[in-house]
Amino acid sequence: MQAAMLSGCLIAVMCALLSCFLILRGWSLMGDAISHAVLPGIVLAYWIGMPLLIGAFFSGLFCALGTGFIKNHSRIKEDTVMGVVFTGLFAVGLVMFTRTTSDIHLDHILFGNILGISNRQVGEISVVAVCVSAVVWLKRRDFLLLSFDPSQARVIYLPVRILHYALLCLLTLAIVISLHAVGIILVTALLISPGATAFLWTKRFDRMMAIACATAVFSTITGILMSYHFDLRSGPCIVLVQALLFVLSMVLGPRWVKKMGQMG
Amino acid sequence: MIEHATKQMSLTVDDLSVVYGNGNAALQGATFSLHGGTICALVGINGSGKSTLFKSIMGFVRPTSGAVKINGADIKTALKNQLVAYVPQSEEVDWSFPVSVADVVMMGCYGKMNWMRIPRKFDHEVVEKSLRRVAMWDFRDRQIGELSGGQKKRVFLARALAQGGRMILLDEPFTGVDVKTEDAIIDLLRELREEGAVILVSTHNLGAVPEFCDQVVLINRKVLAYGATDEIFTEQNLTAAFGGQLRHFHFEQSTIQRHDGRAVKVLTDDERPLVFGKDGHLEYKNREGREELIKSRRKETE
Repeated sequence: MQAAMLSGCLIAVMCALLSCFLILRGWSLMGDAISHAVLPGIVLAYWIGMPLLIGAFFSGLFCALGTGFIKNHSRIKEDTVMGVVFTGLFAVGLVMFTRTTSDIHLDHILFGNILGISNRQVGEISVVAVCVSAVVWLKRRDFLLLSFDPSQARVIYLPVRILHYALLCLLTLAIVISLHAVGIILVTALLISPGATAFLWTKRFDRMMAIACATAVFSTITGILMSYHFDLRSGPCIVLVQALLFVLSMVLGPRWVKKMGQMG
Repeated sequence: MIEHATKQMSLTVDDLSVVYGNGNAALQGATFSLHGGTICALVGINGSGKSTLFKSIMGFVRPTSGAVKINGADIKTALKNQLVAYVPQSEEVDWSFPVSVADVVMMGCYGKMNWMRIPRKFDHEVVEKSLRRVAMWDFRDRQIGELSGGQKKRVFLARALAQGGRMILLDEPFTGVDVKTEDAIIDLLRELREEGAVILVSTHNLGAVPEFCDQVVLINRKVLAYGATDEIFTEQNLTAAFGGQLRHFHFEQSTIQRHDGRAVKVLTDDERPLVFGKDGHLEYKNREGREELIKSRRKETE
């Protein structure tokens, strides 16, 4: 229980920080795409006896880079390409999985099992989540400028390309390490909801990050308690609390922020 | 800001061609050069290569042949030295972004900050000075979406000031801007010109051009003509650049000149009209203090 709380909160903060950038960059579905695309990597890594996380990481990154590549070399819009690539990879993963006899539960990959994680996993999660969060927070101003005005970023000679791929790598890492807790399907929610909720409450980016982290941590603790006491799956509980917070914010959020949205 | 202030800026576009991956030849053999301080208009129809030229100057597209040089050095060097500043078109900006006016102007200083972009006292001073110069200091804590069209433009101009850019690119600076702000922007650009900056303004607002631009580059995939505004802005050249896309109003003698013999008043709603007088010479107000400059520009281009 304590291990679940600790790793859950670390994951929540990491994903919340990233979510602020994703929703402002219009990358909301990138998280969805990458998370589905990790499945073939996990199975492949299992086959050749590699750590599953490494397989998952490269497979997720492959999806992100492949999407970018196809978009740049065709007339098709990015969301379409993404849809084709990630569902394709997910399907490959499912086919590969059904050909495998293993002790991995597909359930645990799809939906996570935070109450059942091992000490080793807690260690992995802690290291990765702290590192990713630290990098995102320290470089937040660069990432913000990259999202807000890429032309300006290039004109003042920021390493735009490196920042772009760095953000993709951080996102992939975050997704891969979050799989333990919430699984493939629901990690998307952790990467969108906190940022979206925070966006409704503030007009300042630093405050948006703080609010996102706060709602994410609150949702995680409440969700895990819910799942523990009512014997429910933890992933869906966490995401459910987040969704409720979002709806509440829509209704109760300050009026000036709503007005601002209409002006924009 | 200070270290470049004494240096005369120059922009040289030498036989620049850009062909995009899909085979679209956006620019062919464009050649012209500008010396600071100057305000130069880049005029052409949509798809004439205006934005490609801008992107080349900002180093976003690689020339297929030819080169762009700033102060005789390549673009990369100019970007590293924070020399190129860009004021985007209003449509390109996401105005719902959770950033304040001061945040945006601070972004102009990022290039000179440490890797974490923590603003020093000096940076805050630069931001304040820049915002005061465009009369937006009182709005520093506003979210950028809560501004009028003219105020939005001024914020991005302040960012260019904060960056200390000496090669300033403005994309359609007068779209969605009220007449008063338009005048304020023009005044500011003139000040920057006096300081020796090269200001390149991409616009299709023809009437504004003779009023504040010393030079004009007429473009349609190649440079059709460039030089002093008076010489380039002829009916003939503009017809060549715009083809049938200009609306002509021809005032017959019978309709105007009977009233008082001389003055003609033209009212337009938003954009300034371009008025040619008798014998096709350009009519515009506000020439004061610029006769010398226009003369020296003319010598340069000869």
